[in-house]
This record gives sequence, C-alpha cells and structure tokens, in this order.
Amino acid sequence: MTTTANMSAKQQPSQVYFFGTCLIDLFYPEAGLSAIELLEREGIQVHYPQAQTCCGQPAFNSGYNDEAIAVAAKQIELLSDPIPVIVPSASCAAMMKHHYPTLFENHPMSSKANELASRVYELTEFLVRVLDISLTDKGTPVKIAMHTSCSARREMAVTEDGFSLIRQLKNVSIVEPERASECCGFGGTFAIKQPEISAAMAEDKCQAIHNTGASKMISGDCGCLMNLNGVMEKTNRGIKGEHLASFIIDRTRT
Amino acid sequence: MNNHFREQAIDALADPQLRDNFRGAMDFLRAKRQSAFTDTEALKQLRALGHKIKANTLARLPDLLEQLEQNCLQNGIQVHWAETPEQACEVIHNIISAQNGQLAVKGKSMVSEEVGLNHYLEKRGIESLESDMGEYIVQLANETPSHIIMPAIHKSKEQIAHLFEDKIEGVDYTDNVDELIGTGRQILREKFSQADVGISGVNFAVAETGTLCLVENEGNGRMCTTVPSTHIAITGIEKVVATLDDIPPLLSLLTRSATGQNISTYFNMISSPRKTGEKDGPQSVHLVLLDNGRSRMYQDENLQQTLRCIRCGACMNHCPVYSRIGGHAYGTVYPGPIGQVVMPQIDGLDKQGEMTEGCSLNGACGEVCPVEIPLPNLIRKLREQKSAKPDGHALTPGAGSQRKPKEAFAWSLWQTLYGQPWLYRFVTKMATRLRHASPRAIGGWTRYRTAPKPAPKSLHELMSQRAEANQTDGASK
Repeated sequence: MTTTANMSAKQQPSQVYFFGTCLIDLFYPEAGLSAIELLEREGIQVHYPQAQTCCGQPAFNSGYNDEAIAVAAKQIELLSDPIPVIVPSASCAAMMKHHYPTLFENHPMSSKANELASRVYELTEFLVRVLDISLTDKGTPVKIAMHTSCSARREMAVTEDGFSLIRQLKNVSIVEPERASECCGFGGTFAIKQPEISAAMAEDKCQAIHNTGASKMISGDCGCLMNLNGVMEKTNRGIKGEHLASFIIDRTRT
Repeated sequence: MNNHFREQAIDALADPQLRDNFRGAMDFLRAKRQSAFTDTEALKQLRALGHKIKANTLARLPDLLEQLEQNCLQNGIQVHWAETPEQACEVIHNIISAQNGQLAVKGKSMVSEEVGLNHYLEKRGIESLESDMGEYIVQLANETPSHIIMPAIHKSKEQIAHLFEDKIEGVDYTDNVDELIGTGRQILREKFSQADVGISGVNFAVAETGTLCLVENEGNGRMCTTVPSTHIAITGIEKVVATLDDIPPLLSLLTRSATGQNISTYFNMISSPRKTGEKDGPQSVHLVLLDNGRSRMYQDENLQQTLRCIRCGACMNHCPVYSRIGGHAYGTVYPGPIGQVVMPQIDGLDKQGEMTEGCSLNGACGEVCPVEIPLPNLIRKLREQKSAKPDGHALTPGAGSQRKPKEAFAWSLWQTLYGQPWLYRFVTKMATRLRHASPRAIGGWTRYRTAPKPAPKSLHELMSQRAEANQTDGASK
C-alpha cells in the first residue's frame, strides 16, 4: 500500500486500517465484520492486515512492559501508512492512542508510536466526528440499555458518540442503567486475579441493567460484553449484550 | 509478606451489613461532590490550578521545607524532623514526658495513624484519646479508620449505638444520632480540660509565614490546639505549600472533593504559641515533619506525583472496589486508590505489592482527583516494579520481590504467541475448530460467569475468506 490519505478536516479519508482486537477476533468476529461493513458503506476502503494480533494491553496493565512492547511494536510496524486506524473497542483504542506514547518513551520506536497514536480512532468517534454518518432505522421498536465502558467514558471520551449514533435510530429507545459510570468489573486480568470483587461489580451492573426493563444491552467494548454476558447467562437473566456495530448494522441493512 | 488483600476482600464482600453501609455512604458522598461542582468548566480550571500549585511546590520542596522551618522557629514553633515512624513517636513521647504528661487529646490525623502514635504512647503509659467523633468511635471499638476522612463510615448508627451501650458506663441504647453525638461530646469536653497535650495533624503548612492550617468540622481540632498547654502538630513533608495565596484554591478543592462542602465549619491557622498578654492558646507549639519514604518517592519522576495528594478521599469514594470492600480489607493505614499507591512505596512492594492488584484500572479515581494525580498510571507503574526483573532500577523498596516465575513465564508465552502472526493465526484457528471442546471452567471467571466460547471462525479467517472471494469475483468478471 502506497497511498497517503490527506486527513484535512473537510476531506474524508478514502482508506483506513481496521484493528480488530484479539477479543473480537476470537469471540466476537461478527462485531468486527459489522464495523467494517459500516465503514465500507460510507465508501471507505478498509485494510485489514492479517498479521495483526493484540495491542499489548493485557501485559501492559499487568506491569509486564517488555512483553507489551514486543507485541505492540509489531502492530506499529504493521499499521505504518499514514491513514486512520479504526478500533472497535475504546480500551484497545486508548492503549494505542494514549499509552503507546508512554510505553515507548525512551524507545527507538518512540516517534513511530507517537505518529501511530495520532491516527487512532475509536469506531463510534470516527463514524460520528469524521464521517458524520446518518442512519435510517429499519427495525421494529425496541428498548435497549446502553453500557458505556470506562475507557470510552474516561480515556477516549467517546460516550456521547455512541449515544448520538443510537439516537439516530427512530424505533430504538435508550435507557442508561443506574450508576452508569461505574466499572462493570472486567478490567482484563483483574477479572481473573480478583474474581470475587470483579463478580460483585459485574453482578451489580447486571442487576442495574435488568432493572431498566430493556430487552437488550448494547456496548462498544467486547471486554465488558464478555463479562456481563457471562453473568447474565449464568444467572438466566435473559438479556443479551451485543456490540454497538452489530446492532446498528442489523437495524440499518437494506 | 502481606498477601491477605484478596482474603480480606472476600470476607468483606460476604458481610451484607458492611456492603450496605459502604454503598450508601459512597453514593451519598458522590452525589454531594457532584452537587458541589456543578460547573464542569470551573472544576476543570480549578483542578488544573490545584495540580499546578502542588507541582510547583514539589519542584521546590527542599527549599520550602527549610523556609517553613525558619519561619516556624521565628514564630516560636519548635520544629522536629523525623525520618521514620519510630523517630516521630519518640519525639512526641519525649515532649510529653518532659512535662510529665499523662493524657493527650488528639485531633484527626492520618499521619499519626501512619506512625502508630496511639499505640506507642499507650505502651508508655500515656493515654491518647481521639477527639474526632469518627476516630473516637473507631478507638472505642478497638479498630482503625476505614476511610481517611470519615473513619467510622463502615458502621451504621445501630452498630454505634450498641458500641456506646457496651463500652461507655451509664449509657443506654439509643440510635438517635444527636443523642449519640451528645454523649461523645460530653465525655470529650471533660478530657479536653484535663489533657496535658493536644496533638493534631496539618492540612497545609505555609512556608512563607510559618503557619499551620487545619481543616475541620467538629471544632474538636481547635480544642486540641488551644486548650492544653502544649500543642504538637505532626505532618508529612509533602503538606508544605509556598504561600498563603496557595491555600484558597486547595481548600476549596479539598472540602468539595471530600464531603461536598463549599467550605468546612472551621479553618484554623496556627502561627505561634500564646503570646504575652494573650488569654488562650498553648504555651508551646511543636511541629513534627515526617519523611517515612516521602523523600524516596520524590526521587522517582513518575511516582513523585503521589506527593501531590491533599488527602480528600475522593478517590476512595469513587472507587468501585473500595465501595464494595471498604477500607479495612486493604489492611493498611491508607486504603483505596491513593492507599494502593502510597502504601507500597512506604512499606515496600514486598509487603504491600499485592494491594495494587485490587484495581480494574477503570479510571474513576484519576477522574475525580482534585490535583489530577494519575492514580491508574501510578498503580500500573507499581505493578511493573513489583514484578520487575532483578536487574531493574526501580527505587521503590521490594521492587522485583513479587516476580513470580509462573506468571513471568505465562507472559513470555503470551509474547511469543501474540508476537508471531503465523503462530497466532494457527492457534486461534485451532481454538475455533475445537470450540466445542473449549474449557467450561476457567479459574475464578466461571465461578460467577459462563465461559466465553470461541466463534466458529475468527475475524482473521473471515476476512481472508472475503479477500479470496473478492479476488475470484474480480477474475470472473
């Protein structure tokens, strides 16, 4: 690939990289496909490098920075053309956008890491702020509970973008569960290392979602979805969480 | 090695009364803080200013401490330096015993908890009575504070009523809060008049004027600092600020972040002992400046940010882990997010490294910190030092002590797998093919959740199939 896209404010990029994230790759590929379809529908050429693996966040959050750098460096090399990198998960996007620069501080790849960071977008952020897409709802009336991940809310500040996309869907009513800003308890390895605390957090979150009376839960982060769906299923609550991209695609497909 | 965090957290989670007490209290405090900061733009500017003041102060910390000492001495306040908790206790004990003191009344001070002052004095025959109502309750119950601002927040009024009934002679059960407070006050009033020494903490120590500032709501603090003939203030060296002008923004951030108050009921400024002709105030005032690891924190450019803390407790109030397990589960003087950052640096990662794992890195603490301490980043940094390779240069004591061979091996395996695209694709492909044989039990995860099942085909596979199909389409056209 040799094309260099001009990213001026008014000009839409014609090509983007798609970074699928390791959770989506293995557990929620339909969310990845939906996100790609959303981008392609806007006339954008999506590049999906087959050599991509993981952003390195699990090791980084656990304090294993050498290992995180080794894996992150491969992704940086892989996503080297100056076109936007779209990530359908705020926590992985935040890793690349906000943590790569510090992780690679004093590293030979520092400037490359910074350059990549400047091109990273969370999916809803890109759809709303760069593409300004409009959606036409073709689905039947439904009430959904929106779960915003902590990374979307705090690190990426894209909560509003997810809401504004769903609000374009006429037949969808959105409710936010009680204590919406509180963590669902996933936190990557936190859920494994502190299963009891994590479960208490997840259980409260599921109860709050259940209390909204919504029939579906929507989130832009597959980590939260895996956590909450696991609890919902174990406790037979009958609510299933879906990635925001899949939900939008299903309701807007012709 | 302190490896009890998880066990203590499990016990706390199993106590429904405790969970209710904390949940209710934290929801209340969060709402209070929110209503105190309605203008988000103003809050943003004030936080930035708080950050700047504390950062500027830290940049000149050694000079400011010298200036503080000089001005205090000039004002007649005696200054003592303590490198360790033992030294701090010894200094205070010497001051009390020099005047044959038997009873000390204490205002709220987390630093005095940090050095274990009550215990030290009691072992030497000196009664040290807590006069803050929450601290008094905790002392009566033989416990330690579970929160740095509201030490007895883990107790319901009914539990306190039972405690008073059991421990105070002639007191009958009542869960009327006013009556309970009245009882406590009556007992404390008498003690204030009998005490030989008053002990307090310090919220801000002003270098340019040699002034000790104390923030409080109950009025007990000023009783401690004015009634007894001797006043001893103890503080960590990071509490120094350069000028009086630094105080208003920091005070505003402190009270609003802590309890949602625009201003506290009392704000004491102590600049000297009683002067000739004055009718009240102590004959002598002492200031004990405690290091206890702080100058070491100061050496690390990242971890130095810890010293910006003004001890408001907002990080605890907003932490989803603290909200559920409470302060005692941490088993340390300072609990919650700031505790997870401070304690391993004071006590060493070998002793307190485990508590850094009690964090989902959700960022709520960093979001509310009035002086913008990047708490999640510091927790992550300490995790890194905790499991650092032995040849590292970490300054924190106990660095590398919790590097577990099994865990380190798992991460090197992770690196191999995610660092080799072909291997990664091979393994994920196998996982999708064997999805029905994927494990149904994954440690603690499946105790509370069902196990996630790999998709029939990974996104990598689906995308490569799509690319192939497109090529075939292209060729047939």
